[in-house]
Amino acid sequence: MQGYYPLFTAIPLGMAFFNLLAAKINQKISDFLAFLAMASLSVMAVKMLFEAPFAYHVGGWAPPFGILLISDGLSSMLLVIINVIGLLAMIYSTKYMDSYTAKEKYYTLFLLMIAGMNGVVITGDLFNLYVFLEIASIASYALVGFGCEKNELEASFKYLILGGVASTLILFGIAFLYSLTGTLNMPDVAIELGKIGMNKGVGFVMALFIAGFGLKASSVPFHAWLPDAHPSAPAPISAMLSGVLIKALGVYSIARLMFHIFGPSALVSSIIMFLGALSMVVGVFLAVGQHDFKRMLAYHSISQMGYVTLGIGLGLNPNVSPALAALALFGGLFHMVNHAVFKSCLFLCSGAFEYRTGTRDKLKMGGLVRKMPVTSATCSIASLSISGVPPFNGFWSKLIIIFAFLKAGYTIYGVLAIFVAFMTMISFIRLQMNVLFGELPKRFEKIKEAPFLMTLPLVVLAILCLAIGIAYPFIDSVMLEAAKDTLLDQAAFLSFIAGV
Amino acid sequence: MTLYFLTMVLFVMGLYCLVAKKNIIKKIIGIVIIEYSINLFLILVGWRKGGIAPILMKGMDQKELVEHSVDPLPQALVLTSIVIGLGVLALMVSICLRLYEKYKTFDMSKINRLKG
Amino acid sequence: MADDKIKKMIHDSEHGMTSIVKTIVRFVIGIIFVFGVYIILYGHLTPGGGFAGGVILACGYIILTLGFGKILGLKKLSDKVASVLDTAGVLVFLIIGLAGFTGGYFFLNFMAKGEIFHLASAGTIPLMNIAIGVKVTASIFAVFIALSIFGKFVSALGESSEENRKGSNEE
Repeated sequence: MQGYYPLFTAIPLGMAFFNLLAAKINQKISDFLAFLAMASLSVMAVKMLFEAPFAYHVGGWAPPFGILLISDGLSSMLLVIINVIGLLAMIYSTKYMDSYTAKEKYYTLFLLMIAGMNGVVITGDLFNLYVFLEIASIASYALVGFGCEKNELEASFKYLILGGVASTLILFGIAFLYSLTGTLNMPDVAIELGKIGMNKGVGFVMALFIAGFGLKASSVPFHAWLPDAHPSAPAPISAMLSGVLIKALGVYSIARLMFHIFGPSALVSSIIMFLGALSMVVGVFLAVGQHDFKRMLAYHSISQMGYVTLGIGLGLNPNVSPALAALALFGGLFHMVNHAVFKSCLFLCSGAFEYRTGTRDKLKMGGLVRKMPVTSATCSIASLSISGVPPFNGFWSKLIIIFAFLKAGYTIYGVLAIFVAFMTMISFIRLQMNVLFGELPKRFEKIKEAPFLMTLPLVVLAILCLAIGIAYPFIDSVMLEAAKDTLLDQAAFLSFIAGV
Repeated sequence: MTLYFLTMVLFVMGLYCLVAKKNIIKKIIGIVIIEYSINLFLILVGWRKGGIAPILMKGMDQKELVEHSVDPLPQALVLTSIVIGLGVLALMVSICLRLYEKYKTFDMSKINRLKG
Repeated sequence: MADDKIKKMIHDSEHGMTSIVKTIVRFVIGIIFVFGVYIILYGHLTPGGGFAGGVILACGYIILTLGFGKILGLKKLSDKVASVLDTAGVLVFLIIGLAGFTGGYFFLNFMAKGEIFHLASAGTIPLMNIAIGVKVTASIFAVFIALSIFGKFVSALGESSEENRKGSNEE
C-alpha cells in the first residue's frame, strides 16, 4: 500500500477523464467505471487505517526539494470519510442523476472533486495543497451550478466569487510564508518557523489562513455562500459538499496548519473558539425559521461545524491541561466523523423525498412515513443523531465537547453548546412532524418508495449512525485516537522531513 | 518596499471593485485584479537586485548561475496560479453568460432570488 | 468538404473579416503554429513548455476562426475532436506519471536523461510537455468555441432581444 499512495489522486483523476471517452461508447459503462473507481478508493482508504505513518517522495525527490506526501492518523481518517461517503453518494447518483442531462460530465466533475479533496488530505507541501484545493473548489463551483436554472446559477456565481477570494487569500498566505521561511515543504516550514518564533509577519499569515480557510469552511462571518450553494446543488452533491468538502478543505486544513506548522497558541485558540461558538449559535437560529428542507440542513451544517471548530479551538490552547485539550480535540474530530455520516444521510433523504414528491418545501409535505417507510426511517435516525439523542453517534461527540468545555472552565461556551443542541433538537422535531408524520396531502397518494439504488446508501448511512454510537470503542481505537495523537504530536510531523 | 506596497494597493483596488460594483462582469474583473496582485507579490518574493533569469545557457557555470539568478520557484508557482486563474476565469465567464440568458441583466442587485 | 469549397470560403467576403485581415492571417498563421510547436518541443531547454506553447497553438486556431469565420475554424479543429484531444492529453500525461511506478515512484523520471542542451534530453519531461501542449491547445480552443460560437447559438435560440444580439456580436 505504501508504494501506491499517490493513487488516491491518480485513480479519480484518470477515471474522471477516461469516463468521458467511455461514455461516448455506452452510458452504462461510464456508470460502472465511476462506481469501480470509488469502490477501489474506499477499499484502499479503509486499508490505510491500519498502516503506520510514512512519508512518500513523489518522483523519488527527497524533501525539501520534492513534493512530499504524508500519511498519518489524521489523513487516514479524512481519506476514509471522503471516499466512503463519496462511494455512497456515487451509488445514489447513478439513479438520481438520470433526471439531469450530461451524466458523464457529472461523473467527471464528481471524480475531480474527489481527486482534489484526496490531494488536499495527503499532501505535505503547501503549494500542492493550494493546487488541489483549487481543483476541488472549481469542480464544486461547476457542480453547484449543474442544474443550470436561475437559482443554481446565482448560487454558483456567489460561491465562485467568495471561493475565489478565499483562494487568493490562501495563496497570499502561502506566498508570505514562503518569503518568511524560503521553503514550501510543510515540515520544513514548521522547523523554520520554530527558529523565527512569533512575529508580526507570522501573525499576518495566520490571519490570512484563518480568513481563507474559514471562508472555505464557512464559519459564521464568512458563511454567506453556503446556505445558497449547498441546497442548489443536486442532492448527492449537497451531501458531498456539506458532509465532506467543507471539512476536507476548511477544517482539516486549519487544523493541520495551526497544529503542525504554527504550533498551539492561546490567541489563535481563542479566535477559533469564538468563530466556532458564533457559527454554532447563528447557524441554528437561522435554521429554525427555514421552510426549505435542504436550506435548513445547510444552516445546520454551519451550526454543527461550529462544534467541530470549537473542539479544535480548545485543543489548540496551551494554557488548559493537556488532558482536557486532548479531550476537546477528540470530541471535535469525533463530531467531524459523525457530522459527515448524519448530514450526508439527511441530504440524501431530502433528495429522495424531492425525487418522489417534487418539492423541497417541508410545509407542503406530510405523512410520508406511510408512503416511503425506508427513507423516512433513515431520515428519523439521522435526525435523532444530529439532535444528540443517545445512543446515536451525535450524542457522544456533543457530550464529550460539552464536558471538556465545562471542565476546562469555559462555562459560557459549554452552556451555549448545550443550548444549541437543544435548539437543534427542536428544529428537527418540527421537521419530522412536518415531513414524516401528519396528514398526507392528496396529491401524494400515488407516490412510491424511492428506488433501491437510492435507499441502499441511506440504509448504510443510518446503520453507520447507530453503529458508531454503539460500537464507539472500536471506531475510537481504529480511527480517532490515532488522528488525535497525530495532531497533538508536532515532533512526529517534523520528523517526516527526514523520511521514515 | 514601494513595490510591495503597490501590489497591496492593487489588491485593495480589486477588492473595492469586487465589493462596490454591481455589474457582475466588473466583479469578475475585480477578482482577476486581486489574483494578479498576488501573482505580482509572488514574483517580488523571488526578486533580487541585479538578478539574472534562472536559465542555464551554454557556456555558463552552474555555480555562477545559482549565485546570480533570481529565485525560480516563485516563478513556477506564478505560472501554476495563472493557469488556475485561467480555469476559474473561464468558468466565471461562462456562468455569467448563462446568468445573462436567464435574467437578461448583468446587475447583481437584480439577481436576487436567493437570500444568503 | 471539397478543396474548392474551402478555397471559395477563404476568398468569400461573407465568411469572416475583410481581405486585409485574411491575407495577414494567412501570412502569419504558419509562423504561429511553427513557433507554438517549437515552444512545446524545447520546453525543457528554454523558457516555455506545454502550457505556453499550447496557448500559442490555441491562439493560432482562434485567429483562424476570427479571420475566416466559424465554419472553417470548426473544420480545422471541431469541438468533438477538441474534447477528445483534451481528454487524451490528460490521460497520456497521467500514464507517463504512472509509468514511473516501474521505477518505484509516482512521476519518476525513469527514462535516460540524455545530454544537456540536446533536444532528446531530460527523460520524460518533453513527452509530458507534448501531452500538456495537446491538452491546452484543445481545451483553450474548446473554451473559446463554447464561449463565443455556442454561446451565440444558445442566446439566439432563446427569446433574444436586440441588446442580446448586439452583446454576442461583440465577442
